[in-house]
Amino acid sequence: MSAGYTPEDPDRRDDPEGPATPVALVGLWGWVRGRLMVVGRGLLLFGLALTGLALLAALVGLLVAILRLIGRGELHHHIQFVVPVGLLAIAAWLVVGLLFLLCMRQLARLTRRVIGQWCQVPITEPYLPRPWADGGKAGLRRRLGWLLKDRATWRDLLWTMVNGCVGWLLVFLPAGLLVLGIVGVIAPYADLNQRALVLAGAALGLWAAPYLLRGYGVFARSMLAPTRQAELSLRVVQLSQTRTEALDTGAAEIRRIERDLHDGAQARLVAMGMTLDAAGQIIDTNPDAARALLLEARDASVKALAELRALVRGIHPPVLADRGLADAIRALALDTPLRIHLESDLVGRPPAPVESAAYFAVCELLANVSKHAEARETWIDIRHTDGMLRIGVTDNGRGGADPARGSGLRGIERRLAAFDGVLAISSPPGGPTAVTMEIPCELSLPKTSSS
Amino acid sequence: MRVVIAEDLFLLRDGLTRMLQAHGLEITAAVDNGADLLAAVAKDRPDVAIVDVRLPPTFTDEGIRAALAARREAPGLPVLVLSQYVEQLYARELLASGAGGIGYLLKDRVFDSAQFVDAVRRVADGGTAMDPEVIARLLARNTGNASLTALSPREREVLALMAEGRSNAAIAQRLVITERAVAKHTASIFLKLDLQPSDDDNRRVLAVLAYLEG
Repeated sequence: MSAGYTPEDPDRRDDPEGPATPVALVGLWGWVRGRLMVVGRGLLLFGLALTGLALLAALVGLLVAILRLIGRGELHHHIQFVVPVGLLAIAAWLVVGLLFLLCMRQLARLTRRVIGQWCQVPITEPYLPRPWADGGKAGLRRRLGWLLKDRATWRDLLWTMVNGCVGWLLVFLPAGLLVLGIVGVIAPYADLNQRALVLAGAALGLWAAPYLLRGYGVFARSMLAPTRQAELSLRVVQLSQTRTEALDTGAAEIRRIERDLHDGAQARLVAMGMTLDAAGQIIDTNPDAARALLLEARDASVKALAELRALVRGIHPPVLADRGLADAIRALALDTPLRIHLESDLVGRPPAPVESAAYFAVCELLANVSKHAEARETWIDIRHTDGMLRIGVTDNGRGGADPARGSGLRGIERRLAAFDGVLAISSPPGGPTAVTMEIPCELSLPKTSSS
Repeated sequence: MRVVIAEDLFLLRDGLTRMLQAHGLEITAAVDNGADLLAAVAKDRPDVAIVDVRLPPTFTDEGIRAALAARREAPGLPVLVLSQYVEQLYARELLASGAGGIGYLLKDRVFDSAQFVDAVRRVADGGTAMDPEVIARLLARNTGNASLTALSPREREVLALMAEGRSNAAIAQRLVITERAVAKHTASIFLKLDLQPSDDDNRRVLAVLAYLEG
């Protein structure tokens, strides 16, 4: 975490002043430094609030000025000028207003990010996705609709006002008390009582700074996070996106199977039929050649069967159908040169589509391990707790796996997304690489053997 | 030699029956599910049972379970398991008891009836018949093994045939070399892999398979 700070643990002792400095002093200095950093961050947030307020004030000021100009014009009876010029001015103001809304959105975005890092309060973005993101023209009308129909835009506006008027107090207070303390101490006219008071205030401000910062984060989240309705509409968008992807993947898979059958087993069967026909024609005249042809036909049938087996393995591996996820992965492990340690606590079986997606995800990950990781050992851990299937694949290879670069990892993410599953990867350079997949699902009870 | 067949597809059951009869084997029963197999084994006491992996009612690995159950009820009953695909996982389970009389072959192998009947007889005699594909995958898995890479190409061929469960005589016939040459190769293999040499074909197979499975 780049912030390197939590409200619970503000004491950072980076560099001791030297061996001669008493430990207590070093500790105090570390504490003060941590708090000062928090105060500084509060000031920056305060600056953001003021920026928003200033932009808003400028916009309102502009409108007031325009209206007053129009009023004055009416007063002097220049009615023939007032109407067109006034309309033009208001139109210009509206354009400025739109720009302002865009600026405000960027400001709110920045605020969310900063609060997420400094206050440890993650805030998700509430905005509707651009309707022209998946192709289509981004006309002015669509852009306007996207900006103006989004309730998040107006909540941002509300936030800018509330934050600019009262919200900033939370983050400004420690800095204010600190400044007051410094001024109080150096002011020549202050008496002892006053000095003690402002010093106590400054200390209180320092102590309270992280808590106030966090409180500010929570307060911001209440206004900047998506509303229930926004969450639902975002969910709808995400669902239709993953559904489309799932259908596309399925269709592509079926095309691949069709092509494999067409070029493989089907072609071999045709050739086999022709060979058999040729053998039939010469069997009386040249029995030796006919026998050779028959053997050739037999070999072709063996090859066709082998191709069909490989195809079936790629569609739905037999062990997966027979025994379920853990044994299928165990069988996979027996077929790879990697040393794989498998642990599983599955008692039932996940729904077949989830099982299949999880199996092929593990296949892909193991393929990655043997291709890129140079790992000696791999650990696979399969668990099901609280309605969540968790699969961890860890290797002791050289790390540095990046989902942004590998299309394989992206493919797994897409496949899991169809089940609301997620993939997390930790792969520092030098290793180890740990991939965790989570898919929400229920287990069905194990099939009871009939024998 | 008396044989029980458990295979749910009529065409294959019929074909197997006729082929084995043509080679002079006696089919005491040809059934289409696991329960009937157990009954037939109990009643007829066959010399070998040929079992398909996929049987009703679950059409999963019913056959493997039926085969293991039959061996529990009639200890030492030789069982040859046939399957549309082979899995090392199932091979391990079948071999786990360490006793002989186990076969695990792809269904394609019936195309070569002489070889197939040879495998049936081998299993009935308490030997082993592992599918070449299982062995090939075991060998592929051991590519990084230094002792295995130290073997000469010919020795690797002999090792693969030995792992399938073939006797020295069969290996010699297959590779068109003398039995004495095969014996020399096997001795060299056992030395390089640091395995206890054994004259008993079956114990030899199990040692080699255990070695490859690591």
